[in-house]
Amino acid sequence: MKVIVCVSLVPDSTTKVKIAQDGKSIDESGVQFILNPYDEFAVEEAVSLKEKLNAETLAVTVGTDKATEAVKKAFQMGIENGVLIKTDNEIVDTYSVAKNLADFINEQKPDLVLLGKQSIDFDSSALPSMLSELTGIPSVNVVVKLTIGDNKVTAEKEIEGGQEIISTTLPVIIGTQKGINTPRYPNLKSIMAAKKKNVETRHSTYNENATEIIKMELPPIKGKGKILTDGANSVPELVKLLREEAKVI
Amino acid sequence: MQALSSIKATDYYNLEDLYTEEEKSIRDTVREFVKEEVFPIIEKFNQEMKFPTELIPKMAELGVFGPTLPEQYGGMGISNIAYGLIMQELERGDSGVRSFASVQSALVMYPIYTFGSEEQRMKYLPKLATGELIGCFGLTEPDFGSNPGGMITKAEKVDSGYILNGAKMWITNGTIADVAVVWAKLDGKVRGFLVEKGTKGFSAPEMKGKLSLRASVTSELVFEDCLIPEENLLPNSTGLKSPLMCLTQARFGIAWGTTGLAMACYEAALNYSLSRVQFGKPIASFQITQEKLAYMLTEITKAQLLNYRLAQLKDAGIMRPQQVSLAKRNNCEIAKIIASMAREMLGANGILDEYPVMRHQNNIESVKTYEGTHEMHTLILGEDITGISAFE
Ligand SMILES: Cc1cc2nc3c(=O)[nH]c(=O)nc-3n(C[C@H](O)[C@H](O)[C@H](O)COP(=O)(O)OP(=O)(O)OC[C@H]3O[C@@H](n4cnc5c(N)ncnc54)[C@H](O)[C@@H]3O)c2cc1C
Repeated sequence: MKVIVCVSLVPDSTTKVKIAQDGKSIDESGVQFILNPYDEFAVEEAVSLKEKLNAETLAVTVGTDKATEAVKKAFQMGIENGVLIKTDNEIVDTYSVAKNLADFINEQKPDLVLLGKQSIDFDSSALPSMLSELTGIPSVNVVVKLTIGDNKVTAEKEIEGGQEIISTTLPVIIGTQKGINTPRYPNLKSIMAAKKKNVETRHSTYNENATEIIKMELPPIKGKGKILTDGANSVPELVKLLREEAKVI
Repeated sequence: MQALSSIKATDYYNLEDLYTEEEKSIRDTVREFVKEEVFPIIEKFNQEMKFPTELIPKMAELGVFGPTLPEQYGGMGISNIAYGLIMQELERGDSGVRSFASVQSALVMYPIYTFGSEEQRMKYLPKLATGELIGCFGLTEPDFGSNPGGMITKAEKVDSGYILNGAKMWITNGTIADVAVVWAKLDGKVRGFLVEKGTKGFSAPEMKGKLSLRASVTSELVFEDCLIPEENLLPNSTGLKSPLMCLTQARFGIAWGTTGLAMACYEAALNYSLSRVQFGKPIASFQITQEKLAYMLTEITKAQLLNYRLAQLKDAGIMRPQQVSLAKRNNCEIAKIIASMAREMLGANGILDEYPVMRHQNNIESVKTYEGTHEMHTLILGEDITGISAFE
């Protein structure tokens, strides 16, 4: 079985994001980059398939040289091979990423493609479906349980207020959600082994963006809360404020 | 989630930028290990005065036993910066957990690697790395602490090996160790011996009643006409210098470890002072609190810089033992002050086991004493500065 994991490098979620001078990107100084947390579930799933079913594993990322860090993190967790699809530009939109990955997947013909249900930088949650459309391989997103046996795939996905169980066959694209597994922390041995591994670099096959970022803005700063301190006597005042100031009733 | 993300920790001078990718990854993975495996259980073990032995296979799997040694002996050849970061992160969890790793790596694997024969290396090191074997280091005696050269434990040559007589005290891991590196005088000269658990005439009762380093086993080692086979002498150990070389290794780890302890206390005090409201304001808004936080951060940053440079010197093979004394002395001292300040800043909550601060404050008492007291490191520096020894 051949498994491809698509990974991306994102700013650490504890980072306080600042907007860069150009108003269209983030200021990367002092920002720590990490493997997209949802991709960690995908990597863990792939590594456990390697351990259980002797699956062949490969991590792929689309981006500039810096993006290889994401592949290296995947190496540290136990992925065997890695590819960087190198783009000319720093900012690549979801469609362009999907197109490059789809070309790669069509060439590699994996049995299974795993990727996080979304990446926490742009949060567009569109990649699994786009990949499916572009490759013609079925996809199930927001998967919290995956069982693979003899070509048969059962995926449990989260839906509004419940769970949906879908069965399909390989090849399939799976978007992983929190709960599917507990990602391992790499040990020193795998960290040192990952250091010796090479990330193969290829040039991107598609270089146009279908969308353009016009402007980035930080969310508005929350105003200060008001506390009314006169117990039940404050109720008329509270109702007045809710109606006139907050305009919620 | 975010197993790999780095939980932010105090790094005011962005030392982060100086670490290699592996060093950062190693630090992050040990930090994650401590968060997942140590924090949830450590208070309980500390209260019960037990070492969490369940951590031994997990720490071995993580790879923190002897990681600087070459691969054929179970090591991974990591840098000393990475090794220091491991110690820092383990001691942010607990000094007892860090002590376990220090003893195994710096006081047991290091001497077997450095003074042992190839047979001894192959017999013990890979199993010590995987935690199948636990080791301890016996230097201190009831009557000889700061002055180990005065030791009375002695070895006598007989036809079938050596007869060991004497007693060691305050030995970390003694009772649970499979192999003890024991220092004894042979013809008046200090030599190292490997004493295996179960050897006739050897016992290792656990010491009771500790109010510090409770999540760690501390023991006596007793030798009564204990016959050690010929091949268990460390052939390349030569005099008191040999155990002192081991101490240099361990003290290096302690300099980093106690910085981790100070970071844990500072971070707890900072969080607490931002959320605790008195007189209608967070206590962090009072100038006296801010002065304390500024002091803590300054001392931690200085300690981190000492550690970083010390590790560079060690990686370059030019670190002097006296330079380690300076860092061990300084970092234990500031960690003790910071732990005590943090305890006070938490008010009554500071004495509760809900916060790690008082456990750290108690632990630093041991760490400041072992591996050379503050006074002994002062005298080592004094001798280095003046050329005049005040203790010999
Ligand atoms: C929890 C714990 C674990 C330990 N683990 C180990 C271990 O694994 N292996 C091991 O071999 N040892 C171990 N030790 C022992 C430790 O290294 C000794 O306790 C330490 O070296 C101090 O010796 P001492 O306790 O005999 O104090 P002493 O040497 O009796 O010192 C008492 C006081 O006198 C001061 N003093 C002594 N000489 C001078 C001087 N010349 N000038 C000024 N002041 C002086 C000291 O600084 C100290 O304040 C451990 C200790 C503890 C507490």
